[in-house]
Amino acid sequence: MKLNNKHAINNTVHIKHSWKDKLFQIIAMIVITLVAAGCVIPFLLILSGSFSSEAAIAVNGYSIFPQDFTLDAYKTVLSLGNRIPKAYMVTIFITVVGAGVGVILTSMSGYVLSRSDFKYRNVAAFFIYFTTLFGAGLIPSYLVNVNILHLNNNILVLIIPSLLSPFNIFLFRNFLKSIPDALMESARIDGAGDFKIYWKVMLPLSKPAIATIGLFLALAYWNEWYRCNLYIKNPDMYTLQYLLYNMLQNIEKMFSEQGLAAVGIQIPSETMKLATAILATGPVLVFYPFVQKYFTGGLIVGGVKG
Amino acid sequence: MLSKMNGKTRWFSDFRKHKTYYFMLIPMVVFFILFAYLPMPGLYYAFVDYDFMRGLRSPFIGFKNFEFLFRGGSQSIIWRLTKNTVLYNIAFIALGNLCQIAAAVILKEIKQKYFVRVSQTLMLMPYFVSMVIVGVITYNLFNYNYGIINNFLNSLGFEKYDFYQNPVVWPFIIVFVNVWKGLGYGVVVYLAAILGIDESIYEAAYVDGASNWKRIKYVTLPLLKPTVIMMFLLSLGGILKGSFDLFYQIIGNNGLLLNATDIIDTYVYRTLAVNFNMGLGSAAGMYQSVFGFVLIMVVNTTVKKLSPDNALF
Repeated sequence: MKLNNKHAINNTVHIKHSWKDKLFQIIAMIVITLVAAGCVIPFLLILSGSFSSEAAIAVNGYSIFPQDFTLDAYKTVLSLGNRIPKAYMVTIFITVVGAGVGVILTSMSGYVLSRSDFKYRNVAAFFIYFTTLFGAGLIPSYLVNVNILHLNNNILVLIIPSLLSPFNIFLFRNFLKSIPDALMESARIDGAGDFKIYWKVMLPLSKPAIATIGLFLALAYWNEWYRCNLYIKNPDMYTLQYLLYNMLQNIEKMFSEQGLAAVGIQIPSETMKLATAILATGPVLVFYPFVQKYFTGGLIVGGVKG
Repeated sequence: MLSKMNGKTRWFSDFRKHKTYYFMLIPMVVFFILFAYLPMPGLYYAFVDYDFMRGLRSPFIGFKNFEFLFRGGSQSIIWRLTKNTVLYNIAFIALGNLCQIAAAVILKEIKQKYFVRVSQTLMLMPYFVSMVIVGVITYNLFNYNYGIINNFLNSLGFEKYDFYQNPVVWPFIIVFVNVWKGLGYGVVVYLAAILGIDESIYEAAYVDGASNWKRIKYVTLPLLKPTVIMMFLLSLGGILKGSFDLFYQIIGNNGLLLNATDIIDTYVYRTLAVNFNMGLGSAAGMYQSVFGFVLIMVVNTTVKKLSPDNALF
């Protein structure tokens, strides 16, 4: 009887516990669902707006669900000469070249900094780190880029200044430090030189870190608008994001340049902005769920500290 | 003299032994010299009345630019800029970290792993888009004629609200947008820290009959506390740095809203691209760099005293 009683108590405790936990699980999932929805809905807003007709938006305003379905906005955007294809070419070019070269230079610097037989590694690390503590600021940098390096209106200004960052270099160095030294030593005994060890041993082993840094770089290049705004005057070298920004600022002017307004076509300017936004950011939103694991994986392994 | 010679020969012998290392570092050294160190002498522009035609030979005017920025005490330009920059950053840091930690802590307790993965992916979405897109979104939400919010107010029978004419609402909107954009990234970082906590502690708590809520309260949060305090302290070091692209894409050069939304970085940008008063801009930039440097040093020394492992350098 005594034993039975004890058992019963245990049972109730267990039931009470799981009842509370179940409630917690439900509330937790509702909260997270709401937050996640809040992160996605704005994009659905743009998407549905880009498929709506200008008239529907003029009457009802923007909405989360499409009010009607038309491809007019996309057709008009693509009829704007070859601005969009050109911007795609520029953006793809700087993304591929920038991320490729950036990964090689970052890994090379990170590798040397991680070598314990390199005597001046701390000096070199401080040389890099100091730039995060103190900088000259926008105007002196602008004047150097324009007056000394002559990068004004040059596509290289969209690539070169973002190739290296202290964050990426230290991330790569920290990742390499987690690779056992013995591997390096055995390669050295086999007669491999410093560069060969980097190229044949370290690079293949550091794929997760390379994926992470490559992804950071590619994302930054794809989303580039800031330097384009400062340095690029020639519309043939606009990046997608800057083209979009420019369009938001003066869409009417663009039409008059193209001579479309004069023909008397009704301009779907509001939906056009949304269609361009979708064209500019679509590839990122399609790709990122697939590459997300590299992004989080390498970030955690490399650690963030300088 | 002798020691100097020694130093030189030592460097040379090291160079001969590890030539490859030095060659591999060349791109990095050139890069940081050109883009970080070469602009530094340009701080001199803070002391000139900048003239585009004359560049470095612009007339030297001493501290006149700083006098202009600091004139008027609490009405001065620099006071308004500093106040805005610092207050926005404090709001970003406090609210941002709070939301990220809350989401990460909740995600840790949820048992459906598939749900956790999908919701994490969705939360990262804003992180991956450019600020230009964020600008499009805020415009669609708040604009007077077609904006969703005004639509909604209208359909409920309320009067429309002209957000872009009213500075009071924008600090809230900007802080909200910033928290929204950084949420997913922060969740990744904090969830990694939480998953680093020894799982056997959770198992022990479970055996002792601790509910989800109790495990959060007595295991996760206390063990996360040191990390949070350190990250908070370290982020105070960057409190004078503004996120230019956020403010510029949401507000632009809208003069009506500037009083409530102008930060040091947007001011400097306008002196370069709108007013062409680069001497003033350089002075504001120098103020930001120097005080930012002092701030980081103070923060780092403090952190070093509290916990040497977490110090930046």
